[in-house]
Amino acid sequence: MGCSMCLGVPGKVVKIEPSAVDMPMGVVSFGGITKEVCFAYTPEVVPGDWVLVHVGFAISKLDEDHALEVFKTLKELGELGELDVPQPARSS
Amino acid sequence: MRFVDEYRREEDAQAFVRAIRARVTRPWTLMEICGGQTHTLLRSGIDRMLPPEITLVHGPGCPVCVTPLTQIDRALAIARRPGVIFTSFGDMLRVPGSTTNLLSVKAQGGDVRMVYSPLDAVRLAEQNPGRQVVFFAVGFETTAPANAMAVKRAKQLGLPNFSILTSHVLVPPAIEAILSSPQNRVQAFLLAGHVCAVMGTSEYGPLAARYRLPMVVTGFEPLDLLQGIHMAVCALEEGRFGVENQYTRTVTAEGNRPAQAVLAEIFEPCDRAWRGIGVIPKSGYRLRPAYAAFDATARFDVADITADEPKECIAGEILQGLKKPSGCAAFGTRCTPEHPLGAPMVSSEGACAAYYLYARAV
Ligand code: SF4
Repeated sequence: MGCSMCLGVPGKVVKIEPSAVDMPMGVVSFGGITKEVCFAYTPEVVPGDWVLVHVGFAISKLDEDHALEVFKTLKELGELGELDVPQPARSS
Repeated sequence: MRFVDEYRREEDAQAFVRAIRARVTRPWTLMEICGGQTHTLLRSGIDRMLPPEITLVHGPGCPVCVTPLTQIDRALAIARRPGVIFTSFGDMLRVPGSTTNLLSVKAQGGDVRMVYSPLDAVRLAEQNPGRQVVFFAVGFETTAPANAMAVKRAKQLGLPNFSILTSHVLVPPAIEAILSSPQNRVQAFLLAGHVCAVMGTSEYGPLAARYRLPMVVTGFEPLDLLQGIHMAVCALEEGRFGVENQYTRTVTAEGNRPAQAVLAEIFEPCDRAWRGIGVIPKSGYRLRPAYAAFDATARFDVADITADEPKECIAGEILQGLKKPSGCAAFGTRCTPEHPLGAPMVSSEGACAAYYLYARAV
């Protein structure tokens, strides 16, 4: 579900076929479901990498180190005490 | 699933809500640009978890919603032609034109097909040399490189029977239009992460500086959005402006260079009408002269078709964040997802449909 024009789905690259016309095609697995994907815009990607796929194109390689940043921030906020604010019940 | 489930954990979401609550001291109005983000905010209930000081207004970032009626009527006219295979992303099939929609044209015998990728449409053209294959090329900067590649590929293959009906929109000119309006109430933007994955962030720095407000590149999962809101609130409270990036696992400052190169080769910016808003200068793409042969509007001679929006629909005010869907007299009564009057009701990412679906402020 979701708009095909906003959606980007993370998947793991299974294989990439070389291409004579700058349009390498390959296969990406989305939790077991595989799709044919174009790698023209992510030439640096190799099998085993994680990519964000949008309408059949890999548009960016997912950075595994940066993927943890959200949780690092949460930990830092915890250390600053910003997570200890009591939560009043909302009326609505 | 990797890169998905870990950003949906309820206890982490609550922790961010507490962090936002700890920082906020006065009312702020934030706008998320992208319809996909609007949908997640409402589905995961983030709008209801936030402290009352924070108002979220929903931007024009649903390409389905802002495609003008005129363009939909042109699509319908082409799809009705004998010998045409009309291809589109699934989202456009139910969007009503003046009198009908693509699904009804299909039911009446038109060859309308949903495709996953624009390259599938190119393949259909290869497989059906005796038919004209038209692709409805709708979308923001995220989708434009895929559609550009379809045109480039069709030219490489020398396909005389492939063309696109172009309806692309660009985010920075829309932000500029919202910010330059005297009625503007937006104080910070959550930028659409996937648009920035392609274009990078450099287009937004000058806008953020000129209007002195924070803009945070934000992802699409609940924790992404909450972190983006937290970053925006911290910047607002500290009086900082400029572009920050929450979505670093996907977005770099320079964006996707190969995609930008193909975009620049195939398309050029043009003035473009947004449904409900009107014409925004340089806010769309058209094919460059070298690729004009792939323009379906010229090939099928539909440039003369025009249409007026229904008077009752206040989509323009909704899409600029001036009103909420519940502020529309037709909302939920004369206008529902089954019988949409305006485009924000027809797409599930449209603000009106999302409010209807998740029963907000009815
Ligand atoms: S509720 Fe329907 S008529 Fe009202 S603004 Fe939304 S789409 Fe338009």
